[in-house]
Amino acid sequence: MREYLPILMFIVVGIGFAAVTLGLSAIIVPRRLSARKLAPYECGVEPMGTARQRIDIKFYLVAVLFILFDIEAVFLYPWAVAFRQLGLYGLVEMILFIVILLVGYVYLLQKKALDWNASQ
Amino acid sequence: MSVWDRLSAWFLGLPLVHPAAVWLKAHPDPAFVILTLLKIVFILFVFLTVVSYLVWAERKICGRMQGRFGPNRVGIFGLLQPLADVVKLLFKEESMPGSVNKVIFSIAPGLAIVPALVSFSVVPVGPGLAVTDVNVGLLVFLAMSSIGVYAVVLGGWASNNKYALIGGLRSAAQMISYELAMGISTIGVILLVGSLSMVEIVKAQAGWIHVFGLPLPGWFVFTQPVAFLIFMITAFAETNRTPFDLPEAESELVAGFHTEYSSMKFGLFFLGEYSNIITICAIAVTLFLGGWTWPWHWLPESLQFIWFFVKLAVLVFVFIWARWTLPRFRYDQLMDLGWKVLLPVSLGWVVLTAVVVYMRMPR
Repeated sequence: MREYLPILMFIVVGIGFAAVTLGLSAIIVPRRLSARKLAPYECGVEPMGTARQRIDIKFYLVAVLFILFDIEAVFLYPWAVAFRQLGLYGLVEMILFIVILLVGYVYLLQKKALDWNASQ
Repeated sequence: MSVWDRLSAWFLGLPLVHPAAVWLKAHPDPAFVILTLLKIVFILFVFLTVVSYLVWAERKICGRMQGRFGPNRVGIFGLLQPLADVVKLLFKEESMPGSVNKVIFSIAPGLAIVPALVSFSVVPVGPGLAVTDVNVGLLVFLAMSSIGVYAVVLGGWASNNKYALIGGLRSAAQMISYELAMGISTIGVILLVGSLSMVEIVKAQAGWIHVFGLPLPGWFVFTQPVAFLIFMITAFAETNRTPFDLPEAESELVAGFHTEYSSMKFGLFFLGEYSNIITICAIAVTLFLGGWTWPWHWLPESLQFIWFFVKLAVLVFVFIWARWTLPRFRYDQLMDLGWKVLLPVSLGWVVLTAVVVYMRMPR
């Protein structure tokens, strides 16, 4: 586990770097606030409404599909590392796995889940 | 003897009379921590210098490509421009709109810079010149690049600004879509090496190979050309660079997710963006261009890190070149490319690689 310690230390040093930079700027930057400066930027026009609005469902769909495919991709890593030990069994198993994945993929294509402009 | 070993020998041997040195020699664990800290600070210093000169190089090359000079006032050839930029950003007034979510708004720039720095901890710059060599090195990089998405989406959402929100959302969808293809495109390399350790991957690329009788360096770009191409395309998308710079498409979204950011908070986003370019190019060099290896023995082992930086410079130049050459994708074209082309092609390439590796396995 010893070789993982430097990564943890790197994270701490990185956070420290970001904190020091932001802290330094918080101390020395001038702040002359006014009501205009506190308004959200909208190209100089009076801001209309709020940005906390409903979001298109497509973004949610992309996120769900990402999780599905990413979990399947994660299974490929240990398989790739152990490929030489697994031999023919590993090859056949993984081709089966990818075929099952492809069936789901074709289903998504048929449902137009991957078409960004599909009207539903 | 690697450079780090020499450094440790020097560090542990120099002030032998000092009680602190005697104590450190007797206690290897605190000595290991202090040495690692020195390495990290050194790497961080080199990394940030390279990043700030990347900004300079981008402006200079962009200027030349557009028939201008680029920065040339601050120092000779404008070489002190990065320094001037940092000083300027530090003294800029910071305006934070009243409607932002203050905590998340402040955390997001830090989230942009930390993952880019941390992924560099697994990159071996030269023989023995890595902060650490873990046996899941590639996974560390993929994990960190996933965390990078949070910075953009949280920063965009917390700003409570419509441009920022749309930019953040687009960016999140784009980055996760291309992350799939990026992750899968590296599997071919792992199949050939049989390890996730970055040092092992580089060592596997040393020497020469014969592709259809043609002698080539053993770099995986020659045995995995499709994977390299997919990796580079997704690298452009992951770093939000042209032709995939929709998250901050200036002509429609002002500045995208960092519209409301100013002063050093903007500075950290900016630094994070360029750090990501360096990190992702360094990973591409390690995975596909042989890291520090060079087919001929032109340099002693302790100087081979120069090859790493030469290859890195070439890839970084390609990034800058593409930005000032290619137009921007439309959003539906971008999603189509990611999901309908890159994902199936990378999966097919993995199967092909697996079959070839199996056929060539000694029985």
